[in-house]
This record gives sequence, structure tokens and C-alpha cells, in this order.
Amino acid sequence: MGVVTKPNGIKPTRIKGGLDSRVFDTVNITLLLIFTVAIVVPLWNVLVSSFSSGQALAQGGFVFWPTEFSLENYRAVFRDAGIWQAFFISVSKTIIGVSTHVFFCAMVAYGLSKKYLRGRRLYVAMGVITMFFSGGMIPTYLLIKSLGLLNSFWVYIIPALFSYYDVVILMNFFRNVPDALEESAKIDGAGDWRVFLSLFIPLSMPALATIALFNGVGQWNDFMTTKLYITDQSLYPLQMMLYEIIVQSQTQSMQNIGGSVVIETTTKGVQLATIVITTLPILAIYPLLQRYFISGMMLGAVKE
Amino acid sequence: MAKSAWTSPGRSSETKPSIGRRVKQFAVDYVRQWELQTMVIPGILFMIVFCFVPIYGLTIAFKSYTVIDTLDSAPWVGLENFRIILSDRYFWDSVVNTLAISFLKLAIGFVLPIVLAIMIYEVRFNRFKKLVQTVSYLPHFLSWIVLGGMMITWFSTTGLFNQLLLDLGLISNAQNILLDANKYWWIATLSDIWKESGWGTILYLAIMAKIDPTYYEAAKIDGAGRLRQIWNITLPNMKMIISLNLILTISGLLGSNLDQTLVLMNSQNREKAEVINSYVYRMGLAQGDFSYATAVGLGVSIVSVILLLTANKVTSKMNDNQSVL
Repeated sequence: MGVVTKPNGIKPTRIKGGLDSRVFDTVNITLLLIFTVAIVVPLWNVLVSSFSSGQALAQGGFVFWPTEFSLENYRAVFRDAGIWQAFFISVSKTIIGVSTHVFFCAMVAYGLSKKYLRGRRLYVAMGVITMFFSGGMIPTYLLIKSLGLLNSFWVYIIPALFSYYDVVILMNFFRNVPDALEESAKIDGAGDWRVFLSLFIPLSMPALATIALFNGVGQWNDFMTTKLYITDQSLYPLQMMLYEIIVQSQTQSMQNIGGSVVIETTTKGVQLATIVITTLPILAIYPLLQRYFISGMMLGAVKE
Repeated sequence: MAKSAWTSPGRSSETKPSIGRRVKQFAVDYVRQWELQTMVIPGILFMIVFCFVPIYGLTIAFKSYTVIDTLDSAPWVGLENFRIILSDRYFWDSVVNTLAISFLKLAIGFVLPIVLAIMIYEVRFNRFKKLVQTVSYLPHFLSWIVLGGMMITWFSTTGLFNQLLLDLGLISNAQNILLDANKYWWIATLSDIWKESGWGTILYLAIMAKIDPTYYEAAKIDGAGRLRQIWNITLPNMKMIISLNLILTISGLLGSNLDQTLVLMNSQNREKAEVINSYVYRMGLAQGDFSYATAVGLGVSIVSVILLLTANKVTSKMNDNQSVL
């Protein structure tokens, strides 16, 4: 009886057991199949509903394919100039936010990764405190307000610059770079900044990419920042716009019990199309995310 | 940390110099490594401004802060705000809702990822294993706003949920359960589980991948079935990580998901949906009672720290006096 060792560290396949074992497999796979279907079918339903005509939405009665295929929801969404503005805000806050966050964290992490850094013990203690304590919602709000960041695009970027958790991950990564590389660069006359920028950054791409991807998903999905600090509609990202549509259609459907079906289904269709548009970028980078999140989890599991 | 870890190389073997010498040495080293210091200083400034200033701002919980005040001009009122909390019915309603949802999430949402991870681990067809993992991690990356919008579609009277129940003959007429306050706790719990339990398996799977396969071989030779192997090999190997997760979950019992609450709460289900976080949000930002809302937030964090320490004590007893944290 042989054991096939998988290179990716997954448990080796145990070849053919007895009847018990086959019963176990059958039950196990059936349950997992049900679980998978319970995730896929609702998501699929949202996708096809977004391509349904308003009338068919109002009648309902379909699960896998709309009774009447139509692009009217998407046409309605794109006719609204607001969606383009929101899309622009979402994209720019994600791109600017991610690049500044990754650079800022890497810079601090590089400094802190040197054991001989003066004051390091104090800095690390401060960092650990920020991981466990925070002022909470109201004091943070008052701070943002006194900094003049309310209703400013920079509220998406500046408070999100730094995360000690990400610093720890990068610090551990930098420590694993062999010292000889740095020493030889220093002998050639390079200073710390030079070593950091042209040696460590290129070498640390996998770790930087992991952090960038997760931070990017966070930025894209973030809605609380807008809800708390932004009232200017021209600064709304997609998530906030979607939230407004949801609240609006909820109120309508409650006021409308027994009333006009037309208005309700239009907002419903718009809501569905906006959901799909908002989720599409996440789906597009999902394969990349999948490649990086296992390594990301492992990096994070290493304790300082 | 050993002293040598943060003095510059080559100097660590010196005997302890006087304070004046040490300050001078510090200054010399500091200037010599100014490039490194310029990298760290922005981070330190960030932490002071965005983390420590708000922590100082917590003092408004003991003050009577109004919109025209600055942090320092507001008059001290001692524990007045906390006294009001004790008799605030709406606050205690939100505590009940928070605890109910948290305990449901703990009872179901804590066990399910463990079971699921073991089930995935036991799959022998790698293609199918990959498929299950790919699908089950996906909902984690959807925002609560997106998921909330989806749920409103699924649960509407013409939506997927009612359609399926009607087709199966389980109900006779469609009903929107999002408008039913009595079902809210379950909706909040189950939707959270749907979203996060697949993602929750990742850490468990990573730990399981490190279990020495010869254990299973030996167990099989001794005639142990698959369930026996899971019970006697897989689970004991995950004891540490399960305890760690349990501690973190327990310390988060009073925490709640503000995004989820804001998107799923409506005028019909508010009484069962209002949680501590959303109450702080409503009192503080919607009604402008900053001091009171801060007091609520502070009180809750203190209780959370106590919960964390207690949970750590209890689980370390279970793990032969080894602390997991």
C-alpha cells in the first residue's frame, strides 16, 4: 500500500480503505457538495436577476435563469452620472490608498527590522499597544474633525496609511533576507535608504503583494469611513452609493405595501446591477488573492 | 529582550556605563543611524496622532462634552455618564441583542469551520477539494453592503428564498423575513456564518497540513476507522489553535458587526437589531451626545478586556497550564 506525498503540503492520499471508509467518503462529499451549492446558487441568482427585466423581477418565480432577459437595469445604472463618479472615487482611493499604505508600512518595517535601531524597544511597545487599544469611534471622529479631514478625499488615505499588524508581517519578512546582501551593498557605498529602495523592495515583492491585495480589498469594500466622515455625495465610493440605494429601496418597499410596483422594481433592478458592478473587481482579482492568501496567513501567524 | 539586541554591534560587551555616558552614546548612535530613524519617525508620529491622541480622547467619557467645547475646556463630571448608562433601557436592549447574536455565532459559527476544515481535509480527490475551497472562501471577500443588498433580494417576497420554500411546499404564502423582528437574530447569525465559515477553515487546514502522516498510517494498521482517526489524531493536534480562536471569540462577545447591522437594520426590526456598536454610533454621531457614547464604548472595551483575561485563564487550565496567548 503506497503513500503519495503531495508537494504542496496537503495530507498524502490514503489509498482505498474498507467499506466504512467508502461510506465516509460518500457522506462527506455529499455534504460538501450541498455546502458548495448553498454558496453558488444564491450568488448565481443575484447575477441572473440583474439581467432580468423589471416586470419579471416583480413576478419572481425563477431561480437559475430569468424569465425575461434584459439589459435595462444596467442601462439605467449607467445613465446615472453618479455611478461613474463613484467608480472613479472607488478606484482612485483604492490605488492611492494601497500604494501609500504599502510603501509607508514597508518603510517603517524596514527601520524596525534592524535590531540595533536606537529606541526600537519603545517603538515596538507603542506599536503593540495600538494593536490592542484604540480610542474607539467617537474620539477618533473628533480627531478626524479637528484635523479638518471631514468631507475630504484624504480621509480615505491618511488614517489608513499605517497598520502595525502589516508592519510586523513585513518586519518578519525583511529579517529573512540574508545579511550578506545588505553588507555588500553598504560596502559599495549605499546608504540605508538606497538599500531599502533598490534592494529590499524588489526582494520583498511577494510579501508586499500579499499586503497590497488584502489592503486593496479592504479599501474597495470599506464603507464605514464614508458613513462616518463624508457627507459630500461627490466623494461617495461605490459601496456608499449602493448603501444609499439599498436604504432607499427598503423604505420604498415598506411605504409601498400594496402600492405602485413599478417604482419598486426599478430601484430593485438598479440595486442588483449596482451590486454586480461593485463586486466585479473583487471577482477579477480573486484568482490572484487565492494565490496569495495562504502565504499571507502564514506570514501573519509568525509572532513578533 | 537582551540588552545586546538594541545596542549597536561591537559595543555590547562593555560594562554598564554611567547614565551621562549612555545618553551621549545614544545620541551618537542616533545621529549615526539617522537614515534608519527617518524611516521610523513618520510611523511613530502616525501612531501618536491617530492612536494615542484618540486614547487620550477617551477622557471625554468623564466629561460633559458639547459641540462648542474643545477636549480640554469641557467640564469634568466624574462617573455621571456611567451612572446614566446603568439606567438606560435602550442601552441594555442593545446589550441583550449583542449577546444573543454573539452567543448564536459562537455556538454555530465557531464549530462549523472546524467541522468543515476536517471534511475538506478528508477529501481525497484534489480537484474537488480545490473546488470546495475556491467556492467557500469567496463570500469572505464580499462587503457587508453587497451581501446585505443580496439578502434583500433573496428574502423579498418574489425572491429566491420564498420561491424555494413555496416550491418545496414548506410555506403557503410568501413573506419577507427581513421585516420580521423575531427572526433577526437568526438572520444576522446565519448570514455571518454563510459569509465567514469557509474562510475560517484556512488556519485549521494550514495546521492540519503539518500533522505527521505516519500517525494516520499507524492508526490504520491498528484498525482505526476514519472517524476514530479524526477524533484521536486530527482533533488533538488542533487543540492549541482551537483554544486560541476560542479566546479571541470570547473576548469579542460584546463586539458586533456594525456594517452588517447598518445594512440589515430597518424600522421593522430595529428593536432586535440594535447592537452596542450601532447604539454608540446613533447616540454619538447621529444625536451628538459625544461624552455619553464614548462612555458606552469605554465601558464595553473594559468588560471585553476582562473577558479576554478570564478566557485565557480558563483555557490555559484546559491546556495543561500553558497559556495560549
